[in-house]
Amino acid sequence: MPFADFPLRRQRLATPLPIWRATCRADEWLDLAQAVATGGGRLISLWGSERPAEAGRADVVSAAYASSEGLLWVDLTLAPGGGGYPDLAGIFPCANRLQRSLAELLGIFAEPMADRRPWLNHGAWPADYFPLRQPASGRDSFPDRQLEDYPFVRVAGDGVHEIAVGPVHAGIIEPGHFRFSVVGEKVLRLEERLGYKHKGIDQRFQEMPASEGYRLAGRLSGDSTVAFAWAYCMALESLGASRTPLRARWLRALFLERERVANHLGDLGALANDAAFAFGLSQFMRLREDWLRLNQRLFAHRLLMDAVIPGGVAVDLAPAGAKELVAQCDAIASEVKKLRAIYENHAGLQDRFIGTGRVSQELAAKLGLTGFAARASGLAGDLRADFTMAPYSDQATRQALSRNGDVAARVMVRFDEVGESLRLIRLFASELPAGEIVTRLEPIPETRLGAGWVEGWRGEVLVALEADGEKIRRCHCHDPSWQNWPVLEYAVIGNIVPDFPLINKSFNLSYAGHDR
Amino acid sequence: MSISGFFSQLLAIVMALVLAPLLMGWVNQWRAWLQNKSGPGVLQPYRMLHKLFHKESVLAEDASSLFRMAPYMVFGCMVLACAIIPTLSTDLPLSPAADAIALVGLFAVARVFISLAAMDIGTAFGSMGARREMLIGFLAEPALLSVFFTTSLISHSTALTSMVEYLAHKEFAIYPSLAFAGLAFSMVSFAENARVPVDNPATHLELTMIHEALILEYSGRHLALIEWAAALKLFAYSCIGLALFFPWGIAEAEAPLALILAIPALVFKLAIGGFLLALIETLSAKMRIFRVPEFLATAFLLAVIGMLVHFLLGA
Repeated sequence: MPFADFPLRRQRLATPLPIWRATCRADEWLDLAQAVATGGGRLISLWGSERPAEAGRADVVSAAYASSEGLLWVDLTLAPGGGGYPDLAGIFPCANRLQRSLAELLGIFAEPMADRRPWLNHGAWPADYFPLRQPASGRDSFPDRQLEDYPFVRVAGDGVHEIAVGPVHAGIIEPGHFRFSVVGEKVLRLEERLGYKHKGIDQRFQEMPASEGYRLAGRLSGDSTVAFAWAYCMALESLGASRTPLRARWLRALFLERERVANHLGDLGALANDAAFAFGLSQFMRLREDWLRLNQRLFAHRLLMDAVIPGGVAVDLAPAGAKELVAQCDAIASEVKKLRAIYENHAGLQDRFIGTGRVSQELAAKLGLTGFAARASGLAGDLRADFTMAPYSDQATRQALSRNGDVAARVMVRFDEVGESLRLIRLFASELPAGEIVTRLEPIPETRLGAGWVEGWRGEVLVALEADGEKIRRCHCHDPSWQNWPVLEYAVIGNIVPDFPLINKSFNLSYAGHDR
Repeated sequence: MSISGFFSQLLAIVMALVLAPLLMGWVNQWRAWLQNKSGPGVLQPYRMLHKLFHKESVLAEDASSLFRMAPYMVFGCMVLACAIIPTLSTDLPLSPAADAIALVGLFAVARVFISLAAMDIGTAFGSMGARREMLIGFLAEPALLSVFFTTSLISHSTALTSMVEYLAHKEFAIYPSLAFAGLAFSMVSFAENARVPVDNPATHLELTMIHEALILEYSGRHLALIEWAAALKLFAYSCIGLALFFPWGIAEAEAPLALILAIPALVFKLAIGGFLLALIETLSAKMRIFRVPEFLATAFLLAVIGMLVHFLLGA
């Protein structure tokens, strides 16, 4: 659906990707959501803020929708004196958890909100305390509080029992609780409980100068540090319509692709290991280690933290380094090709992968699945390929697609993406345009809104920034895991319990990025 | 009971206790090498046992005496099993105490106790592991029994020592019935010892575990005993396989001095067996748990074919 069909006054933000901002009235809120859904658009994120208004402060709910045209950020200013905003969960199921977290962080409720269970708050703060609302500092502590019971949905029936897993696991992974209702080995229902890693990053942003925020954004989820830092910088640069040097844009894309490859290499190994094929893990870990060490040597950080800075990038690439990058891409490409052949010809491994954790295209579309997992379910959509943006459009970036939607499809898409990213890195490194790598951002004296939208390795990362000069008034970072965690609950239905780790790893969603 | 009999019996038990962790370490070391890793060294299981014996045993609040008793029961069963298997010599005074069929029963007793102990504390993982362990057990036992039937039909005895003596003196040739039985026995061994492709001894994924899920709540000396028992079980299975299908080098009652040669022969055979185990484990992925019945049914079928071949061909 072209957004122009809907009578809204839109303002184009100064971003490389098409992002518009608009405000709407309460009666338009649901119609707009419906129109977006009918037109095949998706809900990317939903958040809230408290903005100064004529009479004190006003609550604002914001939603970000994506369509083939671009991203639309819609604000709805709520009437003072209570009253919520219309519930979006009926149109976009992924809104459920976003609305619940908005309710507990800011006290803005959807109406009618069927699911009012807390999401990020495990009892650490009282239900009438809202960390993002003035005058709460977000640093208040409530020492004597008890962990609250969470009402999981119970499955009744003959022989149905529950398996509770986590938040402490047998391996060293991030904390999250999974409640399985099973009959024998068959999973009838899975319910996730997240929020163990909630650290109040949104509040922390509000204490930082805008020029420093990229460091915090880059630490939201360590595996997506480039994506978040870039999205933050894109948002900050859009405030004053600053143009980054061409060379910096190419280097940013190079970093993003290196992050993508590093994550895919790690997960491809871990997937085999979860099927007890430890050979795959040790081979891919070796490749990933080589990859990260070259990052350390050329760009001063294994995961490329703080490599993307406002106005450009922090580290330049010398011609000798570019040669090394190209040589490494060639070496890794040939090794990955061999490993792919081993994976694809290994009957035992394929037996575990094929048909496991299937997400159909209809389900993926309905739940708003995003990123490579969506592409593995046949939903085309990749910001790098869909829009014109340097340097991706110069190199005709191709997106990897599969229709099967099972673990095998996600493995295949990951292999394809590794191949495409290696091709891009080779081109980015060898055809890097000359010039500056960073430009100074002019200070913006007034209040402005900016947004950054980047295709991270897991899916699209969104940063919405409200800055008042050098001060951050509100910064909302959205990790694609918000969309994909609920899909995981559906992906395991009907599978057997021992296949869950494999399905989970094939998505490899972020806890830290989701819990913030 | 002769002096030499007493001596060889004692030696068999001591050898089992000492060599079992070493075999485990050897297999793990080869697994690491085959994955291009340097590995922890073959002595790692001893270090682990030493560490665990010096740690406090933490018990779950709801644990009954059964939970505390099970490690000793399991360990006892495995030591007894190793005592009656002719690893070095067929001159074993304890051997008449249990024949091959009783040996299968001995393994079953251990399995029942560890499964009961896992369910005793009432965690979801314990019950899940117990359920899976019993599934594997009840499919593996008939296959194992059929293997023993084949060899006892050939040797006209169910006593392991007589079987081995008979098989060792048979003319050297490939016997189709034994080949089928040997294949079936290897498949059962993978399942019974919780090895890839049936179970993964190195997993950290609580939802896929079988053997590890059973012992998840054990710690300290209890865990040490169970780990040692698991090593003994692997050792016992390896030795049964070697004794039945490669019986050369095992000393006999009339020649006690052959014991001196029997030890290096055993170590040599175990080293090769351990390497092959690690190789197969490295090359395979773990199968879906509902493929295990097919796998073990195949083992049972092969064992029965072995028996039929013996009846039909007499070979």
